[in-house]
Amino acid sequence: MGANAFGISHFLAAIVLVCSFALLYQDRMLALINVFAAQAFALALAVGWQAHIQQAPHLYVTSAIALIMKAGIIPYTLRRIVHKMNILRTIEHVVSVNLTLLAGVFLTILSIMVVFPAARMETGLGREDLAFALAIILLGMLMMITRRNAVSQVIGFMALENGLILAATGARGMPLVVEVSVAFSVLIAFFVFGVFIFRIRERFDSIDVDELSAHRGDAE
Amino acid sequence: MALITDLIMQGVQMLLVLAMAPALTGLVRKAKARLLSRRGPSIFQPYRDLAKLMRKDVLLAHNASWLFRVAPYVIFAAIWIAAALTPTFATGLIFNWTADLVAIVALLAMARFAQALAAMDTGTPFGGLGASREMMISALAEPAMLMIVFTTALLAGTTQLSQIAAYLASQPLILRASLGLTLIALALVALAENARIPVDNPATHLELTMVHEAMVLEYSGRHLALIEAASAVKLVFYFSLIACLFFPFGIAAEQQGLPAQVLGMGWWVLKLALFALLLALGETVISKMRLFRVPEMLGGALVLGLISMVLLFVSGNM
Amino acid sequence: MTSITLASTGVVLLLGVAALSLAGRQRAFLSALIYGASFVISLFMLLLAARALLGGAAAQTLVLPMGLSGIGMHLRLDALSAFFLVVVSLGGAISSLYAVGYGAHEPRPRRVLPFFPAFIAAMSLVVLADDAYTFLVSWELMSLTSWALVISSREKETPRAGLVYFVMASFSAIMLLFAFGILAGAVGGYAFDTIRAGHHAAGWTGAIVLALVLLGAGSKAGLFPLHVWLPLAHPAAPSHVSALMSGVMTKVAIYGAIRILFDLAGGAIAWWWAAPVLVIAGVTALMGVLYALMQHDLKRLLAYHTVENIGIIFIGLGLALAFRANGMAAAAAVAMTAALLHVFNHSLFKSLLFLGAGAVLHATGERDIDHLGGLIHRMPVTTIFFLAGSAAISALPPLNGFVSEWLTFQSILVSPHLEQASLKFLIPVVGVMLALAAALAAACFVKAFGVTFLGRARSGAASQARETDRYSLAAMGVLAIACLLIGIMPDVATHALQPAARQLTGGMLPMPGHGPAPLSLVPFANGRSDYNGMIIFIFLLLSGGMTAWAVHRFGSHALARGDAWDCGTPGVGARAQYTAASFSQPIRRVFGAYVFAARETVDMPLPGETRAARFSAHLTDPAWRGIFSPLGWLVEKATRRINILQRLTIRRFLMLVFIWVVLLLIVVAAWH
Repeated sequence: MGANAFGISHFLAAIVLVCSFALLYQDRMLALINVFAAQAFALALAVGWQAHIQQAPHLYVTSAIALIMKAGIIPYTLRRIVHKMNILRTIEHVVSVNLTLLAGVFLTILSIMVVFPAARMETGLGREDLAFALAIILLGMLMMITRRNAVSQVIGFMALENGLILAATGARGMPLVVEVSVAFSVLIAFFVFGVFIFRIRERFDSIDVDELSAHRGDAE
Repeated sequence: MALITDLIMQGVQMLLVLAMAPALTGLVRKAKARLLSRRGPSIFQPYRDLAKLMRKDVLLAHNASWLFRVAPYVIFAAIWIAAALTPTFATGLIFNWTADLVAIVALLAMARFAQALAAMDTGTPFGGLGASREMMISALAEPAMLMIVFTTALLAGTTQLSQIAAYLASQPLILRASLGLTLIALALVALAENARIPVDNPATHLELTMVHEAMVLEYSGRHLALIEAASAVKLVFYFSLIACLFFPFGIAAEQQGLPAQVLGMGWWVLKLALFALLLALGETVISKMRLFRVPEMLGGALVLGLISMVLLFVSGNM
Repeated sequence: MTSITLASTGVVLLLGVAALSLAGRQRAFLSALIYGASFVISLFMLLLAARALLGGAAAQTLVLPMGLSGIGMHLRLDALSAFFLVVVSLGGAISSLYAVGYGAHEPRPRRVLPFFPAFIAAMSLVVLADDAYTFLVSWELMSLTSWALVISSREKETPRAGLVYFVMASFSAIMLLFAFGILAGAVGGYAFDTIRAGHHAAGWTGAIVLALVLLGAGSKAGLFPLHVWLPLAHPAAPSHVSALMSGVMTKVAIYGAIRILFDLAGGAIAWWWAAPVLVIAGVTALMGVLYALMQHDLKRLLAYHTVENIGIIFIGLGLALAFRANGMAAAAAVAMTAALLHVFNHSLFKSLLFLGAGAVLHATGERDIDHLGGLIHRMPVTTIFFLAGSAAISALPPLNGFVSEWLTFQSILVSPHLEQASLKFLIPVVGVMLALAAALAAACFVKAFGVTFLGRARSGAASQARETDRYSLAAMGVLAIACLLIGIMPDVATHALQPAARQLTGGMLPMPGHGPAPLSLVPFANGRSDYNGMIIFIFLLLSGGMTAWAVHRFGSHALARGDAWDCGTPGVGARAQYTAASFSQPIRRVFGAYVFAARETVDMPLPGETRAARFSAHLTDPAWRGIFSPLGWLVEKATRRINILQRLTIRRFLMLVFIWVVLLLIVVAAWH
């Protein structure tokens, strides 16, 4: 493992982290979905590189799953749902973007402080990558709690899961990574569709009430 | 004899950045026009514009003071020195030891200070508008720039720019996470400082959308020529900085002779042209942000700079 | 006679001058005489202190048979005292020179004249003191004289300013009293030599001493959140006194902190001492400049800005603590030099700015910058000096503010060599706060200078201003030239500080002449960074000159005057210019929403109404809202409860006394 190999894996993990920050920064729905797709793409690259340097062919499958499902199918589906359901395109923040970014920085520093003294890894993944993965998980959680919008919370959960996959690939010889990835993706799919089925029902109900009150004439 | 050639090469760098600056601005404008399916002005049009402005009369507002008249010289001198000290084609020039990166950033701050004061001197609301917006943007852009300076200085062990450039040029091609984050941060800061889209539109005519243009609204004649030249040289400075820090291949090292330096000049011009085309592409594709989105973008740049600095603090091989 | 004897004589002479001003009848030239005498004596003490600092001689002590019995009054002139005595005397001399001209216009000179020389004398005594008793007595004398000066004017704000200042000054003295008490230990040796040898400050005791010093000296210096008295008291005092209070008295407080932390408790410095100092200092720097940006009263703006600079100085001190605890003497020397140099620089440019504000106040009668403007035409010389002060405080090369900031950054860049992980994470964050504070300071002074001096006059008073007198201009000029000189020859200044830095940290900067050029400032002997202010200055002059020559050779020379661009609506008056609130609105919106809970409301008249529109911006000070208002409410509730004691009957009073006596007897019985 030359220094270059480590350098590239750190670099790719850092790109996934930058995408997490970019997710915190976005305030438009479609841009959010695009950045998430970019993060999944970077994740696929990172996992693929890990597969290469660890000589672990089953990780290629994980990389392919990430690429197809998370960089392809799920963003496409979300975009279609956003268009068809006429979902509100702006994302409301609980606190301002700057404060969220600042909280993200502190979470990153926290994960570095937690991981560095504890980890003495000798696998293909160094301490730095594990710290990045923990930071991505925390930023995903941060995104979920600072958004008022269901779609963005789902994307936050998926970003969190990206971090989990990144951490899992580093543990050399962890079995069932592929199966876990598939399971997570199916879970997400059900989650997404469940959320939107409820939303549809809600929306049609409310549309019903609106139509009724619109037909009531000059009420107030 | 060696001293004379060293002095001449330093002088060549000073004049080179000045000579290339209008051509660079012209290239950006031409590329933008082409991307919008227009023919666009010639690349050398800014030279003609500057010459025309030099010949025109200066029209001063009634209450403009000596500060208004002196400011363009201060701005131009500070920015020209900053650009002349940045390594462009060689890192070992004779005055390289004066090029402390923190001092260079502070020289740019001095130019901005003088510009903002000159804007307030006119006594019009537009001057205050430009100055207040510019100070808000710089309140976040300058710390981000300092974080970038810190990151590169931590890597190289010194804040002297040509030694940083020499160190980064001598490194084998490793992808470093911290340098990647720093590059993104520097690109965002450069967009903000040069008044480019998405922060500010350099070609706007609507006063309420202006930031930099509002500060120079009252300038005319030779003063305006100096200020436009200073903006062009500032763009050259930022491009040279990005080139020598992150893409240092082709820069002549300290002991190499004239052929390596000429080759370095060629590489530098090529890099500048490439960055100009990328800038034109970016300005065409992205739209201008709302004014109060800019602090959020610069906050992101600051955060990226801080993270790269923390990474370096904690483990030096990142 | 040794320097210290001469210095003590100087102090006595100042007190004598103060007494003299009480004696004489109200004569016209009395104030000029008193201020002139203060100027001469301060100048004498400045020369003494400079000779002691630069001469590099060993520390001198003097014991006078006054003060506590059995101890006497110890005075000491070592490198640290000599440096701070330079600061005090220079500030005193310049303020006195300014006041020779300014004092002629004072409405009630008898309320100011006796206390001014006494104030300078008290500050000099604090710096010279070598035992706890003398230190505290001089500290209290300093507070009392400055309090008298604060309440000398009859403005609306004076009573509140006086009350808050009085409370905070007493608080700081009590905290320092406790600190000295702990340091002296159970035996009670109050001389500093005894305390140094005593080593009472290890472990938790050290933590308590640190907290007490930060509370006591920090509140006098202006650390957040104990800074609240500064923006009330400094503007209320006359301008030359504000310059002294802001530029010099805060530095004396810093002297107290340095003396206790680095010298008296110096053997027990632990690495974690640096963490609270750095955090508080970073927050102070940021909060100070944000407060300053929201002000439109010139003197309050300058007072809040002092808070920011105190934060910057304490950042340097925190770094020095961290390095010294880790045994990195060279790095500690750089950090300490940065802090001490900033002490000196700040006393220079803050005094300059306050003197300029005083000149403006005298010329126009206005402190509110929204009523000023266009003063560059009416007061040209004051404008140039104020501009120099503003550029210096915004850390622009080639002036002196940039040098201390550069040194602080250099010491931050060596921090990765520290061992403790929490410090390694804290210091980059503090670095960001420092950078943010520096950038916001520049914005603040563009606002202050731009709205006050540039543009068009916003009121009649501003359009009729006249330049001030020669003495005031001379005082400001000396300070401005000093700022430039230190910026151009930074290593001369840092070399002068080395005796003090070596005494406190054990390390030194490399001797001058090490760098690639003469007058280069090289902080580390084996490092490769250097700063040369002279070269930058020469480059600026050369390139500016070359540009001017080229433009005048090849360009046109014509110049005409015309109207400014008004976007098609002529006759827009000076009221359409940006005011202070408008200038800081973008920054208020970005930062102020969370820090100050800033809300802006616009009350627009409906179509048809003829009243004016009204814009109001509401800000709440977090220190008052979070700490002092609840504290005041608590105190008031408690006193109301205790007030019941006043209305008891005689029988109840006797019962109270009886109960206490019985309780005490029970305690005594249980003890045995």
